[in-house]
Amino acid sequence: MSQTLAEKLVSRAAGKAVRPGEIVTCKVDLAMMHDSAGPRRVKPMLDRLGAKVWDPDKVVLITDHYLPATDEESKRIIHIARHWAAETGVQHFHDMQGICHVVLPERGHLRPGMFVVGGDSHSPTGGAFATYMFGVGATEMLGVLVTGEIWLKAPHTIAMEFSGRLGAGVSAKDVMLFLITKFGMDGGQYQAVEYCGDAIRALSMQERMTLCNMAAELGAQAGLIGSDEITKTFLHLKDMERWDSDPDARFLAHHRFKAAELEPQVAAPHSPANSKPAREFQKVEINFAYIGACTGAKLEDLRMAAKVFKGKKSRVKLVVAPASLRDQQTAEREGTLQVLLDAGAELLGNSCGMCAGYGALLGPDVVAISTTARNFKGRMGSPAAQVYLASPYTVAASAIAGRIQDPREALA
Amino acid sequence: MKAWVFGDNIDTDAMAPGRYMKSRIGEIAKHCMESISPTFASAVKKGDAVIGGRNFGMGSSREQAPEALRHLGVAVLVAQSFAGLFYRNALNLGLPAVVCPDAKRIAAGDVLDIDFEKGKIKNKTKGEVLDCEPIPGHLLQMVHDGGLLPHLEKRLKK
Repeated sequence: MSQTLAEKLVSRAAGKAVRPGEIVTCKVDLAMMHDSAGPRRVKPMLDRLGAKVWDPDKVVLITDHYLPATDEESKRIIHIARHWAAETGVQHFHDMQGICHVVLPERGHLRPGMFVVGGDSHSPTGGAFATYMFGVGATEMLGVLVTGEIWLKAPHTIAMEFSGRLGAGVSAKDVMLFLITKFGMDGGQYQAVEYCGDAIRALSMQERMTLCNMAAELGAQAGLIGSDEITKTFLHLKDMERWDSDPDARFLAHHRFKAAELEPQVAAPHSPANSKPAREFQKVEINFAYIGACTGAKLEDLRMAAKVFKGKKSRVKLVVAPASLRDQQTAEREGTLQVLLDAGAELLGNSCGMCAGYGALLGPDVVAISTTARNFKGRMGSPAAQVYLASPYTVAASAIAGRIQDPREALA
Repeated sequence: MKAWVFGDNIDTDAMAPGRYMKSRIGEIAKHCMESISPTFASAVKKGDAVIGGRNFGMGSSREQAPEALRHLGVAVLVAQSFAGLFYRNALNLGLPAVVCPDAKRIAAGDVLDIDFEKGKIKNKTKGEVLDCEPIPGHLLQMVHDGGLLPHLEKRLKK
């Protein structure tokens, strides 16, 4: 019986072959939490139940929201997280190492075939590694921590196939802004979205992570990419099982696109689904450029921005918050970070930060262009702030111009 | 129960804004829906219903979003469709969330009678009955227990 990647992954976790739409119970291989939705929420619930964590070795805790902890409430939240790891015997604790979705695969916690839950809505990022990984809330996570299991409606799969190759200056972020605008923020129908085709296979791992990360904005439960040599190399695996959809697998829908036809996109306030080609926004002046978040400040994202800046200065306030400490250190070693600093970047810590309204907030007069995933009204600060979403290439080109700018000229 | 009507794609940042997320639910709830309706949090009464259009609750996995609504006394959520993660979070907190294809027929202030087990919404103001999807059978006991936590508590005591 031929199956999609999602069906195979869920079947393995459920211990039987599943049919899309069927309610099943799955064994969880790994549960990831961060400081915001994790210990400060689950500890009181575990205490009330008098329950222990089912398998501390299957839990990963990462601090990334309330950092830097400058006020009393943030300090308390971080303190609870650190204490909880120590008292429950959770060894996989990555403190101040960066944003959870980047740190998790970086530290070798994922391998193709796994069934993983994450206490954050961008958990679909893990699907880039051919794992079934999706986001859950804190009480749902409590259920997993106590039972090691979770119920699921076995998903259908929507295939997004891109043939050919993306053009120079066009990136995974542009693919996602295009798809979200075309299909809507519920276009994923809370099913699994699978990205496939030559153009997807040609993407680096971190670009694939960006695609799967923003499956959340498509309203999908999971965003998946089948495993291949690129997966194996990135995860430093000696052996790797092949996890992919069968050639004759049945999809709920199969959409086909020519990658070369895609232009750099920009999402206008206040929705990722409000995207048009960047060149249609060329009169829009900006006064702030932000390169941050799991979606847009990984090593590859920093490299993209640096490629556009190469010696030029930003005309506007530019803030860079690298998504992980390791990515920042690599960027430092290879000179990428220096290009951004020379462009005028102010460097912030390796945390979620401004993306979700933590730390410094945008004021009412800000017109920002950002590599993040969401520009909902008021999310990053004042409800009057205008936030445009774009790729690192486009954000860099716009910072140089002082207005929204298609990056392809700068890269020619 | 009185209906409070919102549009399509109401996101979790509107229900539980990021800048208040470090605080406890009492503080967060004061700012629930502030960017859309500044008076909602203070005006909504215990037992009222919140009505959404398509994709209600899109965005973050933050449980504080449905929790804030519950804290304000909202007794049931009705929407044309819910974002999947939010839907699970609401039910896990014992807050019934009912999918109603005709949710947009409900107007602000309409007085409603909602049976989420049978899947029927009686609009007393308009004098009409709307069909909706009952809460999935395998989750009904959990919702009756008040959510996943009290439900697990019962299970573990056995």
